Amino acid sequence: MQLTNYEEAMLRGEFGEPRRQALARQVKIGGFFDAIDFVEVAQAHIMADTESLGEAGVQHLEELACYPRDLCKVCIPTLTDPRGADFNAYERINQNFSFVELERRAVRAFRSLGVMMTDTCINYQTVMPPVLGEHLAMGDTGVVIYSNSVQGARTNYEGGPSALASALTGRTARYGFHLDEKRRGTALFHLEVTPRNWTEWGVLGGIVGNAMGSYFQVPVIDGITGPAPTSDDLKHFGAALASYGSTAMFHIVGVTPEAPNVRAVFDSTPPKSTRISLADIEAFMAGYGEGDDSLDVVVFAAPQLSIIELEKVSELLRGRSISSGVTLLIATNPENKRAAERFGFADVIEESGAVLLEGVCFYNMHARELGEANGWARLMTNSAKLTNIIGGYGYDPILAEMERCVESAVAGKIV
Amino acid sequence: MADLVIKGHAGIGPRASGEALVAHDNFSARYDLDRVKGVFSRPTHKLYGESFLQKVLVLNIAKGGVATAWMLHTMKQRNMAPSALLLNWANPIIAQGAAFADFPLIDRFKNDITHQIETGDLVEVDPLSGTVTVRGRG
Repeated sequence: MQLTNYEEAMLRGEFGEPRRQALARQVKIGGFFDAIDFVEVAQAHIMADTESLGEAGVQHLEELACYPRDLCKVCIPTLTDPRGADFNAYERINQNFSFVELERRAVRAFRSLGVMMTDTCINYQTVMPPVLGEHLAMGDTGVVIYSNSVQGARTNYEGGPSALASALTGRTARYGFHLDEKRRGTALFHLEVTPRNWTEWGVLGGIVGNAMGSYFQVPVIDGITGPAPTSDDLKHFGAALASYGSTAMFHIVGVTPEAPNVRAVFDSTPPKSTRISLADIEAFMAGYGEGDDSLDVVVFAAPQLSIIELEKVSELLRGRSISSGVTLLIATNPENKRAAERFGFADVIEESGAVLLEGVCFYNMHARELGEANGWARLMTNSAKLTNIIGGYGYDPILAEMERCVESAVAGKIV
Repeated sequence: MADLVIKGHAGIGPRASGEALVAHDNFSARYDLDRVKGVFSRPTHKLYGESFLQKVLVLNIAKGGVATAWMLHTMKQRNMAPSALLLNWANPIIAQGAAFADFPLIDRFKNDITHQIETGDLVEVDPLSGTVTVRGRG
């Protein structure tokens, strides 16, 4: 890779050992992807819940935090993805205390590094929306795909250690979605049906994601009719597409900024399109939810809920009571939790018996142990992303729209 | 018998060897593995129930979320990791995880790697040159 004088000096250790180590790792990654040089990034976003960090990862953060602050402080605004425990709610959901303690250690170390504990996977809806052409180091697949596709910013998936490296060096290797030529469409899907709710947008993401062959494929969606999709629609679509497909960018013709028309997103003649019909959506949903009507837990998360989703779920829960045999969990970020309290949504949610969690997402809260501690196996959600993830944690997921999930939580069984 | 030598793109991490565990399925540490027990835990994965410890895992594509980047490091520290990972297509997360954990990874072979290696083959992996050697299969 071609390094600037500044980067050469960093690699010699002139700005301290943490930045030297970080850049040395980034050089390896750049080499792996044939990057020619580095690109400066405006923000970093770190996924570092303790389930993925583990004791070894937390120790790594603590060792970094022991350096003098000028050597280990992040040099660009740096945010965090959801964490593994809500310090105000872990007892209510029987979360193992050892995880909570590990979480406290991670938070202390991050603060020492100058990281802002935003604890969110919807920073683009809450903290600061990315800008067209802005280079970033975003550390959550849903954040990456939304930033690239909907906002026209430029980022690869930056896993925790890599986003932390970017935070320390202010740059990332220039490969993948930082490059114009990698942002072009590679496959075309024609919608014969427009998704009607957030769940169906997620299902559409799952269908397209299942068809993707590698990280570097960019699906193009055509055929959207009616009103433009909302930020929450595209959030669910992108999160599921990224989860099922390991996909980092999409175009929706007439909606996303780099796709004014089909021809504009392909380098040559557009490929033959794959049609997606209502039957495809129904078949995908039917793949989750076989078996009897028993139900243990209902989860609204993955991604965290926007204030508009919180308003909707609070209206659905107004005056209702969750069945004693079922737990209803809702995850959002600290900013939206405060807003929900101010707007009166949080009281309505809690009065129904549901639990409103902040700064977490369900699957990264040590979901396997949480399930074992509470006897949860049958899980209902409106998130296609969550259904994709949670099977590996010992759950049997059922996918349904938000209204049906709430009705089931109230009835105590799948309705 | 001679050895079969397969070339991929230059990878990350040190040399390694081990018995191959192969499937054409995809790979994510968070979605697919029980990292405490050391087995594949996703019911729909072809390798469901199989131990991945000390194996050279040969799979199709890196899929899923960003968590794998930390998880490889933790798994290696706890001696609960595969010995190497060979994929048709890595993604940035796997590459970043390999760089952080100093874990052997090679991808981008000329032909589908999951069809060239069989479960049980004795495999040597040299990421620096991007070379995989299958003993006694030439």
